[in-house]
Order: sequence, then C-alpha cells, then structure tokens
Amino acid sequence: MADGGAATLPRMDAPGGASLKRFARRRSTIAFLMTLPLIAVIGGLVVWPAGYAIHLATLNRRMTSFIGLGNFEILLESETFRMVIFQSVFFAITAVILKAAIGFWLAHMLHHIPANGQRKWRGMLLVPWVIPPALSTLGWWWMFEPTYSSINWILNIFAIPSVPWLGEPWWARISVIIVNVWYGAPFFMIMYLAALKSVPEQLYEAAAIDGATSWQRLRYVTLPMMRNIISITVLFSLIVTFANYDIVRVLTNGGPRDLTHVFASYAFQVGILAGNIPRGAAVSLFMFPILAIIAFFVLRGVNRRNKEEA
Amino acid sequence: MAQVSLRKVIKAYEGGVQAVKGIDLEIADHEFVVLVGPSGCGKSTTLRMIAGLEEISGGDIAIGGTVVNDIPPRDRDIAMVFQNYALYPHMSVYDNMAFGLTLRKFPKAEIDKRVTEAARILDITPLLERKPKALSGGQRQRVAMGRAIVRDPKVFLFDEPLSNLDAKLRVQMRTEIKKVHQTVKTTTIYVTHDQVEAMTLADRVVVMNHGVIEQVGPPQELYHHPATRFVAGFIGSPAMNFIPARIEEASGALNVVMNNGTTLAVPEERVARYRPYAGKQVLFGIRPEHLTDDKTMDKSNLAPLSLTPEVIEPMGMETLAHFRHEGTEITARLDPSTPAEVGKPLALIAHMNQMHIIDPTTDKVV
Ligand SMILES: Nc1ncnc2c1ncn2[C@@H]1O[C@H](COP(=O)(O)OP(=O)(O)OP(=O)(O)O)[C@@H](O)[C@H]1O
Ligand SMILES: [Mg+2]
Repeated sequence: MADGGAATLPRMDAPGGASLKRFARRRSTIAFLMTLPLIAVIGGLVVWPAGYAIHLATLNRRMTSFIGLGNFEILLESETFRMVIFQSVFFAITAVILKAAIGFWLAHMLHHIPANGQRKWRGMLLVPWVIPPALSTLGWWWMFEPTYSSINWILNIFAIPSVPWLGEPWWARISVIIVNVWYGAPFFMIMYLAALKSVPEQLYEAAAIDGATSWQRLRYVTLPMMRNIISITVLFSLIVTFANYDIVRVLTNGGPRDLTHVFASYAFQVGILAGNIPRGAAVSLFMFPILAIIAFFVLRGVNRRNKEEA
Repeated sequence: MAQVSLRKVIKAYEGGVQAVKGIDLEIADHEFVVLVGPSGCGKSTTLRMIAGLEEISGGDIAIGGTVVNDIPPRDRDIAMVFQNYALYPHMSVYDNMAFGLTLRKFPKAEIDKRVTEAARILDITPLLERKPKALSGGQRQRVAMGRAIVRDPKVFLFDEPLSNLDAKLRVQMRTEIKKVHQTVKTTTIYVTHDQVEAMTLADRVVVMNHGVIEQVGPPQELYHHPATRFVAGFIGSPAMNFIPARIEEASGALNVVMNNGTTLAVPEERVARYRPYAGKQVLFGIRPEHLTDDKTMDKSNLAPLSLTPEVIEPMGMETLAHFRHEGTEITARLDPSTPAEVGKPLALIAHMNQMHIIDPTTDKVV
C-alpha cells in the first residue's frame, strides 16, 4: 500500500496537470458539470426553502427562540387542526378517486369514438383543465352563491328545494370536491386515453377468444396493463390535491367555521393572515411525511412492474 | 372437435376492399388444413372471420354444424395462436395458460391438471412461474400454443405462428406442431405464406390468391397436379419454369417446340390430352427438379435440350443452374458433380412425364 502510493506520487506530479485534464474528460465529470445548473436551481428553489421551512417550524411565534417540536404538539392538540387533517385527507382521497374514475370513464368513451370525432370531444373535455382555476372557481362560486345560484334555480324548476352549497359544512365540503374534480378529471382523461391507445389490440382479441366478456377484458387486460400509469397519475394528483390552495381559498375561504380548510389554505390562514409564521410552516410540513410514505410504496411498485413486464 | 364449413364467405372492408371474394371450404373433423398464398391474399382475414374477430360481409361459417355468423368469439369454442403470440405481459406463464379456463370457471384442480399436462407436452414446465418478458421467442411461441391446448377447443387457429422465429427454430417448432396435432388431433386451420410449412404440415393445403381459393388438395396432389398456373408457380421451390412454346403434331405424335426450335417429344399417354392444343401457343411448365443433367436411371420419356447457364449456385446436395432463354428465366437442378460452367452450353434432359401444359388464355393447367 505504502509502496504503491510512493510509486505513483512522483508520476502524478511529473506531467503537471495531466491527471486534472483526465479528470475533466471523464464522462461522469462532464455529466456532473452539465447538470450543475439544474442542481443549482433545485438547490435554490427546493432544498433551501424546504430547509428554511423546517427551521422556521421549530421557532416560537416571534421567531426569537428554538422550541423544537412545540408547534407540532400545539397543532395536534388543537381541535381545529385535527379537523383540517381530516378534511385534507377526506378531500384529497375522495377527489382523487372521483377524478381517476371519471377520467378513466371519459377516456374509455373517447377511445371508442372514431378518430375524427375524437379530436373535437377531447378538445372540449380538456377546457376545464386549461382555464386558470382561480378564475373558473369564481364562476363556480357564482353558481353556488345562495342569492344568484343558477344550480339552485335549475333544481327549483324540478321542484327540488335549494341546497345551501357553501353554507352547510358537508355541502361546502362536497362543493369543494365537485369543483376540484371538474378541474382535475380532464388531466386523468388525457393520460388514460394515451395509455389505452398503447394497449395492443391483439391482447383484447386473445382475451375475447379466451372467453372474456367486455367487462372481463377491462378487468383482466386493460386495468392491469394500465396499472403503472394509474399509480403514477394517482400519486401525482394526490400530491397536487393535498396541496390545493386556490379552490378552497376562492370558494369557501375555509368556512363555514374553518371546516373546509385543507393544509395549504390553513397554513396561509395561520401563517400569513394570523401572523404566526412558524406555526404556518409547521402546518404546511405536516403533509410531507404522509406523501413521502405513499410515494415510496407507489414508486416501488411501478419500478418492480417495469422490470418484470415492460 | 368439429368440422368447419365456409359457404360463399365474403369479406368487404370499409372503403370497398374485397379481401375475401366468396370462398367455399369444407374442413373435416381432426383435419389439419393450411391456408397458403402470397401476402395480402386474404388468409388472415379468412382465419379471423372463423375466429369471430372480423365480421362476415356475406355467406355462412359453421363450426361443428352450427352457423356461427353472429356468435361472439368467446362462445365459438376456438383457440387461436397469433403471429406475435399476444401473451398477457402482466401474467405468469401459468396464468397465461390458465386464463381461458379460469374465465370458464373450471375447478382449480382441473385447471392445474391441464396446465401441467400442456406444459409437459410443450416442455415448458420450468418456465411456468416466469413472466412472458423473461422468455425467448421460441418459448413464447410454446406458451401461446399451450394456451390453446389447455382449452381443448373444437378448432385450433394459427396465424403465421412461426414467422417471428429464426430459420432453425422454425423447423424445430414445425415438427413440434405436427407432433402436438398427432397427440391431440384437434381440427386445425393454419395460415402461412411459407409453402414448405404448408407442404410439411397439412393434410390438405388451400392455396389462395386475391381473395379466392385457387385449389384445395393434399400436398402431393398440389405438387403433381396443380390446377392453375398460379398454383403451379406457387407450390414448389425453386418455382416451376414456364417456357413459351407451341404444340406441334408430327405423324401422330405431339411435340413441344420452344421458340428457338428445340423440340421435346410429348409422352404417348398424354397425347390425347394435349391434342386439342395442337398448333397453338401454350406455356410449357417444367419444375427445376425435372430439368436435370443426364444421370438418371429411368430413361423413359426424357427429352434432351441444351442451354447456356448464366448463374451457377452450388447448394451442397445439389447445384442450381439459371438460364435465360428468349426473355424467360429457366432453372434446372443438377447433380453437384456435374461440371457446369457459366457461359458453356450444358446438355440437359426434361422429364416429360412430369411436364405441364398451361393454356395462356385461361391460365388453367391442361
Ligand atoms: N382492416 C382492414 N381494412 C381494410 N383493408 C384491410 C384490412 N385488413 C386487411 N385489409 C386488406 O385485405 C386484404 C387481405 O388482407 P389479409 O390480412 O387477410 O392478408 P394475408 O393473406 O393475411 O397477408 P399476409 O400474408 O401479409 O399476412 C389486403 O389487401 C389488405 O390490405
Ligand atoms: Mg396475415
């Protein structure tokens, strides 16, 4: 060992910088240098704010002293925040399931329309997704709002009494979910439509000959073939929906009685409006471990299937 | 197991393409029938109509005596092997084979028995737990056949099942398929564009061209007694030579006279058959294996002629010589020991009892 070191050392010195050149020419070095800007951007925009948020969450209200997990303890003891956890989970899971189901149904319908009609329908069904959500939510608010509610007006025509869309906690929760589903389903639709197109026609033919009805073909061929894309879209949507802010903010602003708050809108309420920035940071950090665990399992499943099947 | 009948079956695709133009075919129980023909002649379309994957535009298809025109594939009790296998990528080999039985609600023990038995026949027992991705082409092919065998259907349908395999494996799987058919004896309809597969596998070969059936018959019959110029040229490799010639009568005997004056005597027993064509322009058809050098034992009905080779192809067990004669290509099969040289005239003999005369106005073999 010592001998080897002694033998190589003079040689490295002698050519003067040749090994540095070799180091610069190595593929991994070049790759690292070329990704450096991206690493810097991610560091600046993701890692640093996240680290700062964690730091903030451990401070007291005035941000003068370190209180460890104090903010989290206070949050968990508060009735309101437990409601926020419940509402966030309920909202995200219900909305994602509905979005995925409706998106899949729409994709399946579109898939069976001949190509020329399909473009037109696809374009129209994508509209909710391309309108800025703050704007479209305002439109929905207008339709829900008791004084002018066009939905209630239509219900009344069919002799159905008016619904207190935003006034009643459960109705308000449903309203938030409706708007989120309306906005998010087209994303699932477009992803699933692409996935449906990639399932080879011959698998359906083989299944038909094997004796599968159209339901069984869906159950045993289409869905398993789409498992990866379904997992990834659901995971992605779960993350985005958990962090949803604009729909709740515009439609109910957390009301009635803070019962429709989700993590993001509550964090804003606590941190910015009520001025307790460390506690707001603690709220927004709450969803991180939940999502991290879900993401870990989903991505592991996707990876394993990719290796075995694709 | 069952017989299959096609009566005046027509398939017209949207856009007016008539892929199958009214074909009649009776396939007996246990029979192995091969549909063969050039690309685009409607073989796959015919097979897919029998499977129920393609609607029938006209006529009737019956399986086991029941007209199945409006019966969906799953109720026809058929099994199909696709060209690219169409295995379910998310299922293990075992599940791929068991799938059809599971859907039909067979008891678990029965499924297990059948899958194990099929895996044994096809020699894929060690692969049962694998996913299709982890199999070679030949192994996938076996699994696809296993999926068909376990169902014990009335009819097996194969659509070019071997065309994705390399040449050696293809020969091996061909034998395998024949063995399987000898074991399970299920009525089989097999599509291929490879005439060697057709000749080796079939009880009867169906030669198709442009959506119609040209001829149906056992392989030997198609080889020795082709009905049309198309069949004569399609069956056999290298293909039959077609040489423009005249039939001429000379003192009671008939001669085939080629355009350069070469005269070949027609065997006595064929004189009556060809007499109506005396004095007419015809196509003289002779297979390369019947146009050889003078080494044969049987000396009857041989006619000598001389041609100058353009290309010589030594194949080992034989040598192929290609000639150009008045604008037509002629091929002869020579004994490998024959000293053939490009550009040097070669003495050949035509086995005239294997000759064919084709009427160029109808393209029928006389
Ligand atoms: N879906 C379709 N729409 C319109 N025309 C089609 C369709 N499928 C096949 N055809 C036409 O029908 C004819 C017969 O096709 P088919 O697939 O039966 O040929 P094939 O004999 O199986 O040929 P190959 O040996 O190349 O597989 C072809 O001319 C083809 O172009
Ligand atoms: Mg085909």
